Amino acid sequence: MKNYVRIIFFGLLLAVTNLANANDHDPHAIEEKVEKEFSAAEHAIHHALDNHEIHLTDGFTIPLPIILWTDNGLVTFMSSEFHHDDEGHHVVSKNDMNFVKVHDKIYQLEAGQTEVSGFDGDHHPYNAHKVTMDFSITKNVVALFIVAGVLMFVFISAAKKYKGGKPVAPSGIAKWTEPGVVFVQDIAKENIEGDKYKRFTPYLLTLFFFIFFGNLLGLIPFLSNPNMTGSISITLLLATITFVIQMMNSKKTYWLHIFDPLGHSLPWYGKLPLYLILVPIEVAGIFIKPVALLIRLFANITAGHIIVVSLISIIFVNKSLAWAGLSVPMTLFISTLELLVAFLQAYIFTMLAAMYVGSAVESAHH
Amino acid sequence: MDLITPAVGQLFWGGLVFLILLFMLKKFAWKPMLTAVNDREQSIKDAIELAEKTKAEMAAMQAQNQDLLKEARVERDKMIKDATETAKKLVEESREEGKAQQQKLVAEAQKIINAEKAAAITELKTQVASLSLEIAEKIIRGELASDDKQKALAEQIANDISLN
Repeated sequence: MKNYVRIIFFGLLLAVTNLANANDHDPHAIEEKVEKEFSAAEHAIHHALDNHEIHLTDGFTIPLPIILWTDNGLVTFMSSEFHHDDEGHHVVSKNDMNFVKVHDKIYQLEAGQTEVSGFDGDHHPYNAHKVTMDFSITKNVVALFIVAGVLMFVFISAAKKYKGGKPVAPSGIAKWTEPGVVFVQDIAKENIEGDKYKRFTPYLLTLFFFIFFGNLLGLIPFLSNPNMTGSISITLLLATITFVIQMMNSKKTYWLHIFDPLGHSLPWYGKLPLYLILVPIEVAGIFIKPVALLIRLFANITAGHIIVVSLISIIFVNKSLAWAGLSVPMTLFISTLELLVAFLQAYIFTMLAAMYVGSAVESAHH
Repeated sequence: MDLITPAVGQLFWGGLVFLILLFMLKKFAWKPMLTAVNDREQSIKDAIELAEKTKAEMAAMQAQNQDLLKEARVERDKMIKDATETAKKLVEESREEGKAQQQKLVAEAQKIINAEKAAAITELKTQVASLSLEIAEKIIRGELASDDKQKALAEQIANDISLN
C-alpha cells in the first residue's frame, strides 16, 4: 500500500514537473502561432487558476461580484461588465477609475488613461497596475462558500442524530460521518500525547473535512472544477493557521529540542561545534515544515487538475475526436485516482498538522 | 507565476470562512458528536466490564453451588450410612434380646418341667409303693392261706439262704 501510494505520489509529481517544463519551454512556440495553435499547457494552467466568473459551458457563464479596495475606496461591480473579455480590451469605469481584466487579474489604468497601450513580455499592461486589494468573490471563494455550507449542513444535521443523552447507534447521515469523525479523532490521539489531543480535535476535524470536501468538489465534472484546495492561497492559509496553533501551544520541551537537541548526551564543548550546524537546521525546520505542508497539498491537487485537462486536451491537440478513445479512459483512470488522492492528501495534511502540534505540546519524557 | 502567487482576496475570504466554519462546527457539530461518540464508547466499555464481572460472579457462584452440592452429597451419604448402621445395630440388638428372652423362657420351662417331673415321679413312687404293698399283702395272704404253701415258702426261703 505504501509503495503504491509512493508511486502515485511520484507519478503526480513527475506529471506536474513535466507540465511545468512544457509551460516554460513552449511560450516561444505559442507566441509565434498565436490563436492558431491550441496550447494544452496554457489551457491546463489557466484551468488550475482562479477565475472571476464560473464558466460552466460555452455561452453559459455565471458572473461573480468584483470587490476592489482602491485608493478611492470600495468599488463593486459584476464581472459580466467585462463582457467575457480577458485580454484588457474592455474598460469598465467606476468612481472615475478605469479597470481592465487581463488573465483573470484586475488592473487599474493609471489616471487619465482610457485604454491599454500595450503589454510587456509577461503580458502585463504598460499603463496600468494590478489591484492587489482584490476581495472579489471569485470561483475559489464560491467553492469555499459551498464547501463551508455543505460541511455545516452535513455535520450539524449529523450531530442532531445524537441528541437525547442516551448512547445511540449512529443513524441516517451520522452513519456516514461517524467513521470519518472517529478516524480523525484517532489521528489526533495517535499524534498528540495524553489528554491534550482533545483540545485540538475540533480544529483537526474541521481541517480534514474542509480539505477533503474541497478536494472532492474540485473533482465533480461539469461544475467548472474549482481548484480551491489546490490554490496556493488556501493551502498557505491552512498551513499558517496550523503553524500559529502550533506556536501558540508550544511548550518548553519543544524549544529545548530545537536549541538543545543533544541534551545531556555530550559535554558543552562537544556540543558547541555540532550546534553551529544543528541549531540553524532545527530553526529552519520550524518554518520548513508548514511550508512543505502547503506545497504538498497545492502541488498534489493542482497536478490532478492539470493532468485531467491535459488528457482531455489530447483530443484538441490532435484535432480528431478519435483520440477520445485514448483520452477518455485515461481521464477516467486519473479521476478515479484523484478520488484516492483527495482523501489521501486530506489525511496527510491532518496527520502532519496533528504531528506538528503534538511535537509542540509534548512534555519532557527522558 | 500566477499559480504560486497567493491572492489577497482568497486569503481574506478563506480565513474568514475557515474561522467561522471552525467556530460553528466546533460548537454545533464536533462537540455534540464527540461527546456522544465517546460517551457511547464509555458506556459500551462499562457494559462489557459489567458483563465480564457478572460472568465471573456467576462462575464463582456456580463453583460455590458445586461445592454445596458436593457437601450435601457427602452429608447424604453419611446420613444413609449412619441410618444403615443404626438399623443394623437395632436389628442385632433386638435379635440378641430375643435370644436372651427365648433362653430365659426355655430355662424357665425346663425348670417347671423338671419340677413337674420330680413331682410326678414322687407321686408315682408313692403310688408304686402303695400298690406294691397291696400286691404284697394280697400275695402273702394267698401264700399263707394253706400250710403247704407256708411250708413250701419257708423251705424256699431256707434254700435261698443256704445258697447264699
